[in-house]
Amino acid sequence: MIDIPTIPIDQVAVEERVKRLNSRSIKKGSKVQALKMALSMMDLTTLEGKDSKGKVIQLCNKAKQPHAQIPDLPKVAAVCVYPTMVGIAKKELQGSGIHVASVATAFPSGMAPLSVRIADTKFAVEEGADEVDMVISRGAFLSGEYQQVFDEIAAIKEACGEAHLKVILETGELHTYENVRKASDLAMDAGADFIKTSTGKISPAATQPVTLVMLEAIRDYFYKTGKMIGMKPAGGIRTAKQAIQYLILVKETLGADWLNNQYFRFGASSLANDVLRQIVKQETGLYQSGDYFSLD
Amino acid sequence: MSETTETTYKPTSPNSKLDFASVWEYDPAPESTDHVEVKEKYELFIDGKFVKPSKGRYFSTTNPATGKKLTEFAEATQKDIDKAVKSARKAFEGEWSELAPKTRGKYLFRIARMLQERAREFAVLESMDGGKPIRESRDVDIPLVAAHFFYYAGWADKLEYAFPGKTPEPIGVCGQIIPWNFPLLMLAWKIAPALACGNTVVLKPAETTSLTAMKFAELVKDAGVPDGVINIVTGAGQTGAEIVNHKDIDKIAFTGSTRVGKIIQQSLAGTDKRYSLELGGKGAMIIFEDAPIDQAVEGIINAIFFNQGHVCCAGSRLIVQESVADKVVQKLKDRMQTLVVGDPLDKNTDVGAINSENQFNTVNKYLEIGINEGADIYQCDCELPADGYFIRPTLLTNVSQSNRVVQEEIFGPVLTIQTFRTADEAITKANNTPYGLANGVWTDKGSKIFKIGSKLRSGVVWANTYNKFDPTSPFGGYKESGVGREGGLQGLSAYVNLK
Amino acid sequence: MSEHLEILKTYKMYIGGAFPRTESGRFYKVFNNEDELIANACLASRKDFRNAVESARSAFSGWNGRNAYNRGQILYRIAEMMESRRNEFEKELTAIGFTTNEARADVNASIDRLIYYAGWTDKYQQVFGSVNPVASSHFNFSLMDATGVVAAFAPDASPLLGLVSVVAPIIAGGNTCVVLASEPYPLVSITFAEVLNSSDVPGGVVNILTGKKEELAEHFAGHMDVNALMITDKPSSELHKKLDELASENVKRMVKKFITDWYAKDAQDPYFITDFQETKTTWHPVGF
Repeated sequence: MIDIPTIPIDQVAVEERVKRLNSRSIKKGSKVQALKMALSMMDLTTLEGKDSKGKVIQLCNKAKQPHAQIPDLPKVAAVCVYPTMVGIAKKELQGSGIHVASVATAFPSGMAPLSVRIADTKFAVEEGADEVDMVISRGAFLSGEYQQVFDEIAAIKEACGEAHLKVILETGELHTYENVRKASDLAMDAGADFIKTSTGKISPAATQPVTLVMLEAIRDYFYKTGKMIGMKPAGGIRTAKQAIQYLILVKETLGADWLNNQYFRFGASSLANDVLRQIVKQETGLYQSGDYFSLD
Repeated sequence: MSETTETTYKPTSPNSKLDFASVWEYDPAPESTDHVEVKEKYELFIDGKFVKPSKGRYFSTTNPATGKKLTEFAEATQKDIDKAVKSARKAFEGEWSELAPKTRGKYLFRIARMLQERAREFAVLESMDGGKPIRESRDVDIPLVAAHFFYYAGWADKLEYAFPGKTPEPIGVCGQIIPWNFPLLMLAWKIAPALACGNTVVLKPAETTSLTAMKFAELVKDAGVPDGVINIVTGAGQTGAEIVNHKDIDKIAFTGSTRVGKIIQQSLAGTDKRYSLELGGKGAMIIFEDAPIDQAVEGIINAIFFNQGHVCCAGSRLIVQESVADKVVQKLKDRMQTLVVGDPLDKNTDVGAINSENQFNTVNKYLEIGINEGADIYQCDCELPADGYFIRPTLLTNVSQSNRVVQEEIFGPVLTIQTFRTADEAITKANNTPYGLANGVWTDKGSKIFKIGSKLRSGVVWANTYNKFDPTSPFGGYKESGVGREGGLQGLSAYVNLK
Repeated sequence: MSEHLEILKTYKMYIGGAFPRTESGRFYKVFNNEDELIANACLASRKDFRNAVESARSAFSGWNGRNAYNRGQILYRIAEMMESRRNEFEKELTAIGFTTNEARADVNASIDRLIYYAGWTDKYQQVFGSVNPVASSHFNFSLMDATGVVAAFAPDASPLLGLVSVVAPIIAGGNTCVVLASEPYPLVSITFAEVLNSSDVPGGVVNILTGKKEELAEHFAGHMDVNALMITDKPSSELHKKLDELASENVKRMVKKFITDWYAKDAQDPYFITDFQETKTTWHPVGF
């Protein structure tokens, strides 16, 4: 049986640390740089039951051209969709350098037989997904079936082939930072390229303290193995201010090497527009109206 | 597939390092000083009026972050102290003692509220005069100042509940001498309980950090506190001695070094004057292998680099279990690389300026002593401003209990690191000092915390945290760290006679 | 029946749970109220004091670590032992001028005082400790903790009740002590030591010296391993100043209780315990 040690985490101190990091004041050039960095790290996401070809095409267009009037904007990192939409997105994004990410493994609950989840994953990869966002079996995790969770992640990783695997811990269902830490360690050991907070379907989704705990897990894994694992907070990140706060967490926990979209992503949908608004505000000095930013 | 899907792992080597020389630097984010006014010079505050010093002498104060002169303060000499004591005595026997306790309390509430209204101004001035980061003066010092007045305001008409079986009475005129590390906060710790208990005060701020005290005097006037209840006199050691030795002062409250505390205790020898002393410390932090390590590292940062280490209860000795020592030190070093050292008024500054040239020399002297004693030194790579007094956050490893840097209070951003194997060894090392102000312990095991806590000989035990303060929480030392407590219900004792 | 020649008791000192003579070999004569020699008391030296402090220091951690209930039981046991030897105490008191009734009253009051403090051992913490409602996510509480080794001068004029009134609150609170007995009337203090020795009080918790205050006072005040000094008779102003000055060398707590009437209401209260206590405040985070 796999043995994942419990790493003690002090909730109060973690939250104090986040509060202290939140007191950083990001102005002028460093703010513009952060905003552009945030845009480049975005997994522009649509994960609704009513997603359609039209919706996905619109989103891909937004990904390629976030704002018509601002030149030199970085592209987002990826578009994230359901497996059935991967083919459409892949076609739209051809040649753009933007990745297609697909949730898989009976997202968001993961409550399907492993064979189905593997098939789901393989389907997404065959449709052209560069990245797969899987969910772990939270029920199994919470009842201490760590071996099962480990084996499932390893199986999905294998099914991914060349595609990058992001492992969603669904931290909102794990309840304690110690569980978040343990799930992070387990996912990294089992082969995750990224660890990701949430599906966005459960509240709370991403929080900064949870992200800090995961970043610290990544740091310990790096200290131990020298390997860099990526981090993706997802769900509930709606404002540019929040995004910058996340970047500060990364900068001061893991340093410069993680401040790029190879190792850090935001899973978000409405965040892009707020980031764009702030970029325009920084460039024009004028506070912006939502009317000037496309709602896709 | 595009190039970004390629996994470019860092080499798997024990030397793989985190790189904090960032691709993304924070631009300066200076707090505005437009809304604060610093006069060319400040007079003494005696009997509700700003009066010139009898000898007409003034001394200047500098901004330690620039080394430039900030303003001038009056030097109070014997005649001025006498005047201040007379005014305090008159107020004590007259108007102040005749007030209903609840009215006394209401003046303190009023002071608390006015401090909150002017919080940012006080924070900026505190950072300009003392060199502490605006983040701390804004988020820690000034909020705690207001909270302290709020807390003791409420006690003014409830004192009989604090002393079962006794009747508390005010002591009289209190002489109060405060240090330069938390100028306004120490003023609050002194004045709030003294007034709540019905005393009047003559207070002397430290000569390098008198600015917020004089601003506070203006606020006292605005609040309509009766004349003579609060007198604030500026000056250096000689002025303090005049207060200590004044015959008509009933009680001395002092916060500062153990050396000066002993001199005060000697000066008061054979008299009936009451005294309370908050003196130095050499706090230990014991980290067990079962501790939440990342949070412990953050605790260490708060323990030793808070306020540039100018903290009497600073955790200046790290005593870490051998099994996790390397890990803790590695994490500590990485964390130190992210500390922003520099302009105290920059909102991102973590470690500001050393308070004075004098202290700057003292800390540097200790670094030299440490190196001569054989210590290995590690400092942040951060760039320091060209002017002003700055010292890089520093670790000293390879030190032993007998080293001066382990024994003596450095009062700067310097942490010594020792290891232990058993809990008993850790406790012995922690207690092996004439001081006894504060200690910290990190472990995930509750029963161990209570056991270690009961064996540590210090007035404060921070378990899985460090450098936390609250007006309801008594603070003060065992042994040579002082006599008496400040804060909380227990803090009232220093300002009453029990009948 | 042949006449019984009374065996005279040798009064030695009480250090570390043993009854040694002074290392100096010196003595001083103790007289009854009719100026008859009744004993040669030990004239303690500074080295005796040093030895006593060492005993008190080594006993401190164990005594302070006893639970409050246990300390209460032991104080109660002292009272029991005193009750059973009250005749000897009364005899010693009448020898130095107490009337029979006064002697009985003094023993009664001493026994009652022990019981008074025996009852406080598990209560002062509840009355004077506190839980402090700090504004952050921390549980914060303040407990009393013994100051450490206390040196004390028992009052000259009240050789039994005064001594008991000094010792009981100091040890009730977990301190250990070195006490200089009443200089003119030291004998009863040694009988009290015998009571202590048969009462489960660990050796070294109470150490009793007999001798001259004039010789020992400055050593009491200056010893760097003594945490507090209690004085009960007002010293001359020169000595007072000297004691305070020496005490400052290690920031010794000076507890001055110039009490003339040890029967008075204010000669016993829990503040005698808290005078020898340090407030220790502990913080701990509250979280999952």
